[in-house]
Amino acid sequence: MIENRWMSSRAWFLPLPLLLVMAAIIGWPFLWTAWTSFTDAKLLAAGSDWVGFANYVKALGNPLFQSALLVTIKFTVISVLIEFAIGLSAGLLLDQDFRGRTLLRALMILPWALPTVVNATMWRLIYQPDFGALNSMLTQLGMIDSYRSWLGEPSSALWAVCLADAWKNFPLVALICLAALQSVPGELKAAATIDGAGFWKRFRAVYLPFLVGPLTVAIVLRTIEAFKVFDIIWVMTRGGPANSTKSLSIVVYQEAFSFQRAGSGASIALIVALISAILTTVYVTAMRRQAEVR
Amino acid sequence: MTKTMTALSAVLALGIAGSAAHAETTLNALFMAQAAYSEQNVRDMTADFMKANPDIKVNLEFVPYEGLRDKTLLSQGAGGGYDVVLFDVIWPAEYATNNVLIDVTDRITADMKSDIMPGAWTTVDYNGKAYGMPWILDTKYLFYNTDMLKKAGIAAPPKTWDELLEQAKTIKDKGIVEHPIVWSWAQAEAVICDYTMLLASYGGSFLTDDGKPAFQTGGGVQALDYMVKSIDAGLTNPNSKEYLEEDVRRVFSSGQAAFALNWTYMYNLANDPKESKIAGNVGVVPGPGISGKLDASAVNGSMGLGITAASKHPDEAWKYILSMTSLDTQKKYAQLSLPIWSSWYDKPDVAKDQEALIAAAKVGLAAMYPRPTTPKYQELSTAIQQAIQSALLKSAEPEAALTDAAAASGL
Amino acid sequence: MTRRRQRLIKSWLIHTAALLLTILILAPVIWMGLMSVSSTNDLTSVPLRWIPAEWDFSRYVKLLTIAENTTGAAFTASLRNSMVVAGLGAILALVVGIPAAWAVSRMPRRFSWMLHVSVATYMLPPVALVVPMYFALSGMGALNSVFSLALIYLSILAPFTAWLLKSNFDNVPFEIEQAAMMDGANLMQIMRNVTLPLAAPGLTTAGLFAFLLAWDEFFYALLFTSDQRAKTLTVAIADLAGGRIADYGLIAAAGIIAALPPVIIGFGLQKALISGLTTGGVKG
Repeated sequence: MIENRWMSSRAWFLPLPLLLVMAAIIGWPFLWTAWTSFTDAKLLAAGSDWVGFANYVKALGNPLFQSALLVTIKFTVISVLIEFAIGLSAGLLLDQDFRGRTLLRALMILPWALPTVVNATMWRLIYQPDFGALNSMLTQLGMIDSYRSWLGEPSSALWAVCLADAWKNFPLVALICLAALQSVPGELKAAATIDGAGFWKRFRAVYLPFLVGPLTVAIVLRTIEAFKVFDIIWVMTRGGPANSTKSLSIVVYQEAFSFQRAGSGASIALIVALISAILTTVYVTAMRRQAEVR
Repeated sequence: MTKTMTALSAVLALGIAGSAAHAETTLNALFMAQAAYSEQNVRDMTADFMKANPDIKVNLEFVPYEGLRDKTLLSQGAGGGYDVVLFDVIWPAEYATNNVLIDVTDRITADMKSDIMPGAWTTVDYNGKAYGMPWILDTKYLFYNTDMLKKAGIAAPPKTWDELLEQAKTIKDKGIVEHPIVWSWAQAEAVICDYTMLLASYGGSFLTDDGKPAFQTGGGVQALDYMVKSIDAGLTNPNSKEYLEEDVRRVFSSGQAAFALNWTYMYNLANDPKESKIAGNVGVVPGPGISGKLDASAVNGSMGLGITAASKHPDEAWKYILSMTSLDTQKKYAQLSLPIWSSWYDKPDVAKDQEALIAAAKVGLAAMYPRPTTPKYQELSTAIQQAIQSALLKSAEPEAALTDAAAASGL
Repeated sequence: MTRRRQRLIKSWLIHTAALLLTILILAPVIWMGLMSVSSTNDLTSVPLRWIPAEWDFSRYVKLLTIAENTTGAAFTASLRNSMVVAGLGAILALVVGIPAAWAVSRMPRRFSWMLHVSVATYMLPPVALVVPMYFALSGMGALNSVFSLALIYLSILAPFTAWLLKSNFDNVPFEIEQAAMMDGANLMQIMRNVTLPLAAPGLTTAGLFAFLLAWDEFFYALLFTSDQRAKTLTVAIADLAGGRIADYGLIAAAGIIAALPPVIIGFGLQKALISGLTTGGVKG
């Protein structure tokens, strides 16, 4: 805390640029979107009427919205879980000592650096049911009998998209974990090993406290992004088959652009933001409480 | 110092005066990246126009398909930006209702009316008025693998939808290919095109005269029944329900299908040995019909050029459009996209190997059936897409699915 | 079980895991590489021909030519634009984020709300914000400009950059700065001589994150840019894929080229990257 009055009085200059930038760039669009969500504005036609919460009520009661909400929640939970499972394991692995470790650490950036648009196209081709690489490989390895459809079946489509998304994003989690693990003092690590403690005990006592903080940042970032997902689903399946991969952002696009109902689209966008905010607040509070307990 | 300044200002003044004399009009045109013509082609065509009209400059912008509509609408909402835009056949109703394009009916001369393929006009017409010039004519044809048909002992490609199923069955039974027919039935606009051909053949209609849904009865239901039936009988590749046009092309070109419905562009690519394993064995005929109802079916997949309502130079814009759609220009690129002028089809000057395509085109383009012309097309299409998917995935019966779609279409 | 055997098993497990991880990362990328040099026929055979009969590098040539009016010209221009936009965006994010992050770190009770509000704006789907932004940009005549695009991106990059930076500063003990203050140093001097050097790894990390976020952005770029003067890589790739015909080999080649700059930058900053995340993320 600053006791120095000189510092306090000048302090406002510091965050001012950030505030100005956010206000100038996002401020008006955010307000416009919020205001529009309470009207029945059309994308092109002039003039709109105030309708209060009508858009919100309609959205929440709309079965398409409800199914998209479910899809988005599923996508978020599955993707983030996979990213975490693989990312954390990879981070732990890369913390160990073995030949080629540096090279592997450098290679981790590759999936992350691939533009989403390309990643989505590539995976769409890998999943291609008649001649895709996945079917080929699985058949040649003898793991499946015949070629099957991955993106064309509602039961598997979302999982397939989640896998593609998790593949691209797990390096982010891995690198964050690795960095956190590397800040664990060597003596602590050594001491635990000498004690003969089992892996899980060691993990909980020594590593976890250092991981909680960074993992929170990573979880919040990935959750917000997963909840807004648009690009990867649009390129891979357009929201099909039978809406089984249609996320909320795609519904926003349809409402605002395809059907020209700007007011309705804005209301759904705000609902997305609201749910994101609730989810992240829940995490951050839970993580903070965990960290305090330790 | 002063001398240089005087000299400089003199040059400047001359320059300004000079450029004022050539009052240049600048047009902004929005095109699609890789519509039938490549970006290069469009630039060349535009360069020719600019050479012939030195006082008009045209700025070209190319966007992917979705960007075309999004940007046209956004720029309209923002008060302007483009003078000429490319539009898909399914948008004029919406554009006209929202005053995005101007009515050009009066600019179309009687000669143009008579010389241009009659089916082409549905590309730009709405409520009896024309909102642009057709430019890229396109329709779907029935492609078939000549080799497979020969092996199966079939003499001629099918003329009706039932014949198509029969021939497919023969090919399947003879073990030539597992799923002889492949379509683009993904939950996207592509499936509506195939559905339209079937609906037209069965004598159905999308809307009643007062714009209410009519596809959930009669021909519309029969069309969807046909689609489901063909999968059940194992004749249609079940993966069709996730395929778009490019997937269809690849499956067909790799020899994994005997029949495919696709746009004009597939003909040359399927015959290109670098792109296809069946080059030289590709046949093309107009879409099948139904005996007693329709001889051949085709769906209008064309694109037109229109003048935006916000444009400040409609006359120059029209000049540009006329140049791009002129017979001279279109003749040069006939290999990529067939011209809109009927006179060309009588004595087409193209390479020998295009004859089959042109013969099919003559019939197909004349028979083009439009998708529903309603300003609410996007909602209608989305609803029908979902219905078709549900029916294909067996989670709903065709009639029930279509009835739901009719209710959800907002009409 | 003897110590030695334990260690051997552990070593074997680690090496197998490392191998699996490598395959996981590289397999799709190598597949993409193969795709970029294969012909359509190779890619549509059943069973799939993994190694193409002929290696066709023409797509790379096509994309990287600079001759006027070619696909390559458009692609290389978009590569340049992406570098400018992402670079500018990252730098601006740091310039704006550093003072704000420091303020939040040192005076959390006063300024934390700012960070929370910023992160909250990140939660709105771009699909919704695009409409008012387009109208605003169009009104100002600022469409199709790498600078206005970088500014728009700034609104995406600033929140998380500031948050990461704040965690970094949390790890620079305030006592050191206080000591410098007592010695009479002013804020600029403290930042330049004390804080920033100590947080340097964190700065490069945050910069790289910002760069990658901007590099990957698609929707705003699609709608706000029109031609080679401002079109970014993601839009250029969509152009290649968004027409009637999709040459997947070309898209694969474009993807590989598009992944190179971030990877090169990441390789270069690798050391700083990892230790930066170290000092950065601990407090969260």
